[in-house]
Amino acid sequence: MDRIERSHGSGGVATSQLIESIFREAFSNEFLNGLTDAAVLPGAKRLAYTTDSYVVRPIFFRGGDIGRLAVCGTVNDLLTSGAKPAYITAGYILEEGLATDDLRKVAASMADAAFEAGVYIVTGDTKVVEPADPKAPGLMINTSGIGFLSDTTHVDPSRIQTGDAVIVSGSLGDHHAAILSERMNIQNDICSDAAPLGDMVEKLFDSGLHIHAMRDVTRGGLATILYELAHSANVHIYIEEKDLPISQDVAGFAGLLGLDPLYMGNEGKMVFLLPGEEAERAVDLIRHSRYGENAAIIGCVKAESSGTVVHTAIGGTRVLAPLVGEGLPRIC
Amino acid sequence: MKLSDAAEYLRTYNGRELRLMEVCGTHTAGIRQNGIPSMLSEKIHLVTGPGCPVCVTVTQYIDRLTELSQDDRNVIVTFGDLLRVPGSSISLEQARSRGADIRYVYSPMDVLRLADEDKDHDYIFAAVGFETTAPVYAALLAEAEEKKIYNLRLLTSLKTMPEAIQRVSDGIDGFLAPGHVAVITGTGDYRELAQKLGIPFVISGFEGEELIAALYALVLLAEKGDAVCLNMYTRAVSDQGNEKAREAVDRFFTGGDAAWRGLGVIPGSGLYLREEYGKYDQGSRDITQDKEPAGCRCSDVITGRLTSLDCPLYGKTCTPEHPVGACMVSAEGSCFNTYRNMNISEQK
Repeated sequence: MDRIERSHGSGGVATSQLIESIFREAFSNEFLNGLTDAAVLPGAKRLAYTTDSYVVRPIFFRGGDIGRLAVCGTVNDLLTSGAKPAYITAGYILEEGLATDDLRKVAASMADAAFEAGVYIVTGDTKVVEPADPKAPGLMINTSGIGFLSDTTHVDPSRIQTGDAVIVSGSLGDHHAAILSERMNIQNDICSDAAPLGDMVEKLFDSGLHIHAMRDVTRGGLATILYELAHSANVHIYIEEKDLPISQDVAGFAGLLGLDPLYMGNEGKMVFLLPGEEAERAVDLIRHSRYGENAAIIGCVKAESSGTVVHTAIGGTRVLAPLVGEGLPRIC
Repeated sequence: MKLSDAAEYLRTYNGRELRLMEVCGTHTAGIRQNGIPSMLSEKIHLVTGPGCPVCVTVTQYIDRLTELSQDDRNVIVTFGDLLRVPGSSISLEQARSRGADIRYVYSPMDVLRLADEDKDHDYIFAAVGFETTAPVYAALLAEAEEKKIYNLRLLTSLKTMPEAIQRVSDGIDGFLAPGHVAVITGTGDYRELAQKLGIPFVISGFEGEELIAALYALVLLAEKGDAVCLNMYTRAVSDQGNEKAREAVDRFFTGGDAAWRGLGVIPGSGLYLREEYGKYDQGSRDITQDKEPAGCRCSDVITGRLTSLDCPLYGKTCTPEHPVGACMVSAEGSCFNTYRNMNISEQK
């Protein structure tokens, strides 16, 4: 079984063998191992529930792969509601011809990420389809996730208040730049930042800080996320350009291609809004948590009408619009 | 002189009203990204000129590419920005969704690999650009010659700046000269233009500080009526420019008349493949018409007659998601940049 074949999606013996040899092998846990059609899980009164599909190309890239992404993305989405992520499902659309070793690597990477995030992969599904590009068969993954919330946890953009500080947990644009570098065959040291962010969120909650809202910085970049937060809470968010954490490599890469790091996506960065007087303590806690060493206070919330304004490094101001179309590089 | 002094001068300037034009798409983006319009006195008006290669490409060119894409033997290869520019009936993106083989690349050199790996198709590259991009196309052709790749052709829309600057210079008090173009061409063209038009030119870099310093110099020169060209991007631009790049361009290309969106045909403002390399040309000289889609006012925006905000379509029927004209599509276009990075006072 070197490559994925149609029969692996048939629902017959080959499918069972694939599931046994790859997925149960990688994800083995008490909820999954029965391989029932639906996993039966102990629950709680309040659940957070989310789903996301992953179609990234290439499927392996510096700093991660599609499997790590599929776990981290769903875990981080759960975290933004204030939930503690608990269970993940995984649906695979495999393209015929995919190397079985590649699938095994993806599954191992998902198992690692799930272990780190403290979640169980409890049920799943596998289908096989014709490859879009027969020379490079790949796979797509859908994950959904369930997390638990205490009765007293309320994290929601509507709770954002004037005087809140805006904190970002680390450097912007890394994942976007890493993927684009792979696609364009550009040699550099930029790695995807795909990571589960439970550690920093837990530290903030455990210390009794009052997080009003959280968002993970993904497609559309920080600009789009702040725009959405500002509009849903009807506040003005002010950002200091000089305080934005952006690595030199990403800044150089973005400059070369005419991209704006504010519109470049991450897969392991969180934005927090919480009372201004708690900001210093929060940023200190994040910096001492996993994946948070470059956290920074980047702005604050002011009243006025909704929108996001950037104070540029040279003293100008500009209003940020959300990302429209795809962020394509300039051509001269 | 400190940067803050230059910025303060620009903020409090109270001399005669000045209209200053930038003619490089990277300057347009840099000015907006740094929030420079918010830093200037009301007497200083920044006007965007024809410096975005996608924006000055005529609709006939898009239509020609769409037409070529209908032939199953052809694969159209282009930069991403061109995909969404509306043609007279459909854009390349729409043609692609209807089954045409249209790909986008980040570097023109990628098309060599594509063509080399698939000899059953003809690869047609949409070669748009200015003096800055022409050397890359020359390098592409040199390598195609060397590797004997003959299933590659260019539909060129290559333009040169000085002639267009003259065409739009009415009512302009000074130009930020295009930094990247000058890296190749040197400063001579702009010294001549300054003298001929009787207004100052400043060759500027692209960082916020460089743009502020260049605008400060440009305002001082314009106020004094000093019609000179000042090179403030000396770390990249020399008087003689890049002779090697020009020689490479000269090997494959020769001058000719070119159709500019909004400006019509400007004599001597284009570059075309030389006759001896005609086998690589996809009939580029046939692109001669400048006719915009119904209602589009890009021509007025490109020539500085209309600011993006004054265009009646801006933000209403024409947005980055549903563009009517090229200025709203390109990452270097005036409207796209205004839309994305508005000045607070411009917010409606």
